[in-house]
Parts: sequence; C-alpha cells; structure tokens
Amino acid sequence: MAGQMVEIRWHARGGQGAKTAAMFLAESVLTQGKYGQGFPEYGPERRGAPMRGYTRISENPIRRHCMIENPGIVIILDPSLLDSPAAGVTAGVGENTVFIVNTTETPAAISKKLNVPGAAVHTVDATGIALDTIGRPIPNMPMIGALLAVDDMMSVKDLQTALVEQLGAKFSQKVIDGNLAAVERANKELVSA
Amino acid sequence: MEQKLVALSGNEAVAYAFKQARPHVASAFPITPQTEMMHKFAEFVANGETETEMILVESEHSAMSAAVGSAAAGARTFTATSSAGFALMWEIVYVAASLRLPICMALVNRALSGNINIHCDHSDSMGGRDAGWIHLFSENAQESYDNAVMAWRIGEHMDVRLPVMVNYDGFIISHTADALHMLPDDAAYDFIGKYKHAYTLLDPENPVTVGPLDLTDYYFEHKASQLATYERVPGIVQSVSEEFGALTGRTYQFCEEYAMDDAELVIVVLGSSAGTCKDVIDEYREKGVKVGLLKIRMFRPFPVQMIAEKLAGRKAVAVLDRSASFGGQGGPVFMETRSAMYGQQVPVNNYIYGLGGRDFDLHQVEEVIDDLQKVAAGEELQLINLLGIRS
Repeated sequence: MAGQMVEIRWHARGGQGAKTAAMFLAESVLTQGKYGQGFPEYGPERRGAPMRGYTRISENPIRRHCMIENPGIVIILDPSLLDSPAAGVTAGVGENTVFIVNTTETPAAISKKLNVPGAAVHTVDATGIALDTIGRPIPNMPMIGALLAVDDMMSVKDLQTALVEQLGAKFSQKVIDGNLAAVERANKELVSA
Repeated sequence: MEQKLVALSGNEAVAYAFKQARPHVASAFPITPQTEMMHKFAEFVANGETETEMILVESEHSAMSAAVGSAAAGARTFTATSSAGFALMWEIVYVAASLRLPICMALVNRALSGNINIHCDHSDSMGGRDAGWIHLFSENAQESYDNAVMAWRIGEHMDVRLPVMVNYDGFIISHTADALHMLPDDAAYDFIGKYKHAYTLLDPENPVTVGPLDLTDYYFEHKASQLATYERVPGIVQSVSEEFGALTGRTYQFCEEYAMDDAELVIVVLGSSAGTCKDVIDEYREKGVKVGLLKIRMFRPFPVQMIAEKLAGRKAVAVLDRSASFGGQGGPVFMETRSAMYGQQVPVNNYIYGLGGRDFDLHQVEEVIDDLQKVAAGEELQLINLLGIRS
C-alpha cells in the first residue's frame, strides 16, 4: 500500500499559496477515483516565513496521519529557500526524489545547489507565468500544472475543471481564467534536465 | 444509501454534520482557540443555509452558559471549542451534564498551556473526563463527521439526555483535507430526527425548576441518579451505531478492533494515531508478527467490559496516551485500561506520546511493537515510557 502512495512536500513562504495548493491537490484527485490527504505544517503564520505543506495521493484510503519523512516529490515555490538551511528542502530526500522548483535558473544550476545525487530536477518560472496570466506573483497553481508534467495523477483538463469548481464561488472570471492559463502554461514550460 | 464522496477538512466535515441536524441555537466564543469549525458554521448561518440562531459571546465560559440556557429552554443546541477554551468552560461543563442537557460539542483536541502551544494532544478533553459528558473520539474526517451525526441521537435519547463531545485531533484531523462520504441533508436529518425536549423552561402550564440549591439533603441522591444513567448509555450508543451502520454501511462499536483475531500483542490508542498504527501493523503482520490494535472510540462512558474481554489472554499490551497525568501513574487511557484489566495476568505498558503536537510517526509505532515483542518474550520494561522525545 505504501508503495502506491505518492508523497509530496511543498516548500514556500507564507502568502505564496502552498497550503491552498497542498489541500486543493488532495481534494482534486478525488475526481480521479484516488484518495488524497493534504495539510500544512502550522506554525507562526507570517507572510514571508518559510513553511511546508504536504499532500499524499493513493489508490487506497490514506490512514497514516504523520508528517511526510521521505517525500517522492518536493515542490519548491520560492527559490530563495534553496539557500536556507532552516527550510530543509533536502531533508529526507534520496536518489528517487523528484524536485520541481519555481525559478528562472536551469535544472543543472539548481541540481548543483541541491546537491542530491541521482535526484531528478525540473524547473519552471511559475512566478513569471503567474504575473503574466493572473497578474499577481502567486506561484501555487502553476506549480500544480508543472507537477502534472512529471506525474500523470490527473490530466491538466481535469485539474482545470476542479479549479473552476474550487475558485468559482470566490473569484472573478478574470482570476479563474488567469489560473487556468497559468496551469496550462506551466505544464508546457517545465524544463527538465 | 447513496453518499457523496467529498474532500473536506475535519472541521468542515463536522460543521456540515451539525448543520444537517438543523440545530436551533449555536453558541460560541468567536476568537482563537476557536477553530474553523465554528467559522464554517457561521458561514452557513450568514448564507441563510440554516436557520440556527448564532450567539457569539465574550468567553467560552459564557459560550457553555448560553448553551445550557438554550438547551434548558428546549432548543437543540451545540457549541465548539478547543484547548484552553474548553478549560475556561469547565465549571459549566459539569452543569450541562448535571442538568441532563443534550448539548453537542465539537472539541478540537489541542494542548493546554503552558508553555503556549496550538497543536494536538488530548489534555483538554481529559481535563473534563469526569464531568459527565459522553466522549467520542474520531480517527479521521469520516469518523468525525459520523460521530457528529450520531452524537445528537445518542445525547437526545430519552433514556440518556446527556451532553456529547465529539473529539477530533487538532490540525491532524481538523485542518487536514481528507476524503469522506457524506449523507444527503435530508437523510442525515431523518436519521437524527426532530428535536424533542424532556422539559422546557418556556411552558408556563408545566413549570419546572432547573439548577436550584441542592444541599446535604438531596444533592447526593441526584448524583446517584446521574451515575445510574451511564449504565444505560452503552446500550443506546450501540443501537444508534447499528442503525447508522445499516444506513451508511459504516459500522461503529465502542472500540474498533484491527487485526485483533489472533493478535498476541495489542496497541490501545485514541484518535488519529490509530491510522498510523494500522499502516505499521500491516508491515509487521507481513513479517509474521501477531500484532493488533484496539482503538477506543467511546472514552466516556469507558467501555470497561469490552476492553477487558478484548485484551484478555494477550501476551502484551501497550497503551498510548496523548496526554499526561502529572503525578499520576501513567496517562488516563493507561490508568483506565489497566484498571479494566484488573485480575488479568497480561503485562501492560504505557507510552506517553505526541504532547503539544509532536509528530507521531511510523518509527514510534515500530518502537512500541518492538517493545511488545520483548515484553511477550518475558523481558521486563519500564512501566511508563515517553515516546518520541528528543534525547
């Protein structure tokens, strides 16, 4: 059972939407007949402070309620966290870990910084995409689009449907359209080593 | 019964269940340590999705007082709190049970101060364990929802008439998005039923006195009558749970047994930690270790007989407590479990874990099972242990 489970750890700074992304992804995989569990690591809630979020996805109901110790996928929403030992972006990772980093740098440059032998590193300029499409530097939704380029847990189209359902009640059509475009662009613009 | 599969946080799930009961009154202190559960419910009220009258007050003491007044007047009433908020309610928590008012409360289990901590443990509910409420514990969002639906039927049953507390772990369940099946609104309300009051303050034709002075003459007799009530509670919890099982396909007992049939080693635990234990138990089972889990769902009234029966004849038992009893011999779950097993020759050890939200990870479960194997082999270990503490 544990073998079929995808475990994702999100690294971000408060205000970048990692909590929303971690929980939203867990909710949206339900449409695929999968089970999801999403939660943030709560602490002092300050805009700009390093924070982590977690998402588990499985074919079976998820029973464990502990932190993710050895993430299969690490998503970094803020590249400045790569230089922060306190953020611990490489804690518990190994040669099978997949990194997806929001940055304008190349995967090779990020690989060098991460220094995790064997780990796959992908990059995407999610902040740039968010500014272009949504008009605000909120990289969370584009990062989910990028994630779907490395894991086929759901299609971009199904994600967009879930997004409309999630954002529909709260946001204007302009914001929703921006997010839909952001997801699609990030999915296409992911750069792999 | 067709049920929608949704992904909600534990708080949202419980807010929905309480909305489905169509309560007349909800009272709450609206600031921290109040959780999103009441926030979500207040949204339902503001959006006109329920006709519940929301009473916002200046403290949890007042929130419980308002709930007592409302329930005594004959209204279906609930409140919610967490951590220090429950501690501040304490005086009136006893009053609610003593007046036999079937108030429902969501208690999002979080640590007490000091030092200041916002995370999960069971210290809050354990502080009120002798106050006379029925305590149900939940492993995940599904069980939180299910307990929150069943709570009304149990507490409002004419043979019970007691307040019911639905406990679920702070953050670990309350703030985690999790998949669950929800009953349609009408089906949930049909199950819960229309509120019937036993007495009401608002009926001048049938005047009653509620909460008068009760001294050395009759106070003790009233307590004796209250004590006798708890003998009737398990039967009602059982029948409501069976009816709920027939409706939803999800059956509940006082305790859940997992891999217990041939288990020689048993872990006893409350709440969300049970799921983590189950995953590790599966791994040990594959290796041939006969380990099982007894998850206590109903902590009050304490299911003495079931626990004694289910643990009899095992080789070793580990009781996990997410709260401490300072100066006592182990945590409250340990003390109760060991007392229920009085006269049995089964070794029982205690593990205090997860205080202030310390992550209860897979390694800690492994440590407990490894210890259980040692105890079963005749090794004598420390009676009370701290699990997952930094060295």
